[in-house]
Amino acid sequence: MIERYSLKERIIHWAAAATYLYLLATGLAFYSPHFYWLAQVLGGGPTSRFWHPIMGLVFVTTVVLMWLDWHRQMVLNKDDDAWQKNIKYYVTNQDDKVPPAGKFNAGQKQFFWIMLFSGLVLLLSGSVLWWTDSLAWGLRWLRYTSILLHVIAFLFTVGAIIVHVYMGLFMVPRGLHGMTAGQVPRDWAAEHHPLWLAQVEAPSKAPLP
Amino acid sequence: MTSQTLELKRSSAQSGPNPGVRQADTVAKLIDTSTCIGCKACEVACQEWNDLAPEFTTQAGTYQTLPDMEPQFWNLIRFNELKPEPSPMGLMRPLWLMRKDQCMHCADPGCLEACPAPGAIVQYANGIVDFQQDQCIGCGYCITGCPFNVPKFSAKTKKVYKCTLCVDRVTQGLEPACIKACPTGCLQFGSKSQMLDIANKRVKQLKDNGYEHAMVYDPQGVGGTGVVTVLAHGDKLADYTLPENPTVPMAVTLWKSPLKWVGNLGIVGGLLIAAIHYLKFGPKDHVDKDLKGDIK
Repeated sequence: MIERYSLKERIIHWAAAATYLYLLATGLAFYSPHFYWLAQVLGGGPTSRFWHPIMGLVFVTTVVLMWLDWHRQMVLNKDDDAWQKNIKYYVTNQDDKVPPAGKFNAGQKQFFWIMLFSGLVLLLSGSVLWWTDSLAWGLRWLRYTSILLHVIAFLFTVGAIIVHVYMGLFMVPRGLHGMTAGQVPRDWAAEHHPLWLAQVEAPSKAPLP
Repeated sequence: MTSQTLELKRSSAQSGPNPGVRQADTVAKLIDTSTCIGCKACEVACQEWNDLAPEFTTQAGTYQTLPDMEPQFWNLIRFNELKPEPSPMGLMRPLWLMRKDQCMHCADPGCLEACPAPGAIVQYANGIVDFQQDQCIGCGYCITGCPFNVPKFSAKTKKVYKCTLCVDRVTQGLEPACIKACPTGCLQFGSKSQMLDIANKRVKQLKDNGYEHAMVYDPQGVGGTGVVTVLAHGDKLADYTLPENPTVPMAVTLWKSPLKWVGNLGIVGGLLIAAIHYLKFGPKDHVDKDLKGDIK
């Protein structure tokens, strides 16, 4: 077994996951009356409205902490270009034709950047929505842009999360183990992240991911 | 302020109006700014009838009670003193504009459209737009939806408040408290068509007397309003603090219809694609197959 995520990385990841799910549930309640029952299950409309922005702050904080840990590893490089050009083989499970990936493949990297940037947009627009009443009438254009940006960024994260959760839970067996127990089998690493494995096993010889 | 005798025409977070069997007359309030003397009796009557606690005033060198409406102050006469200019009689007169400001009770209310909480904002069959604070979640979207800057958020209760057009009095056949208190008759109350008749006659009178810009303010961008305002100086809308052509903000309309549909399709589509992908390609388990699972 090889260590894939440290305890700190796992704590941050699951804090992000838990807060995101709360934000998704309460956000959907405000997004459409068909999901309003979610707010009622979670303590009622006013309670959801009270906690949603606070949880939003926690969520963005966790994403920024991830950025502190991972921003170097998340930079898209040449290996990722090759991976991306052959993404159809990855999607169709012809993995022998997929170019090797480092600790994170190009898809994971893009997921990270989508969540980070959407998170920041959600934070900025969300702050305006949080304090809507204290915004001067002359600055109402900020409200108008914010309600639109908040929904658009939200939809980006939902799209990304659907893929992420699907991959983690269903499509890549044993990948989830890396994020729960922190370790992955060596053959799993060799299959999915060979460049990373090479680096872990011979840090001096292997090129940086 | 719900009353069982009141039928709802529209409710927040519900698409489209209710199918009504009975038709009710749309009610309206007439404000003739040309006969308003700025006595503020309407302000007092509003506070009294609605049992609103007094607010601390702000002295800004004007007659105006407060800079803006407040969660506990729903009816504000806005005073605006302009530079002297020749009156219709040719005299140099300072122009002192007074306009009673409150909820306009739009026929197409932007607040109601923006509100995500079912039943928190309702429009009665008679056209009155009312906030139901027990359903309000305090998100403030109505503030974004309103083109007149009317709803006011209370930091204390975390709910939003505004003029109810004294819906509790109106259901009992009484006029709103502000109307009752007005000493000059500049405020009147009745059906929308009656109020428009009176307003149009008054504008004609004003025009005959030299106020060539006199107009009835009943903006059609929000489907007309439940407050019909006669303005002696229709060319000075901004000085009356009235928007030229108020509409439900485009951002709200975009967000509530096309964007929502794109989003719904995206979410449902994404889930469907994931499900179909799983059924077609399944998990990436070929490692185990290739290596016969000998290194688990």
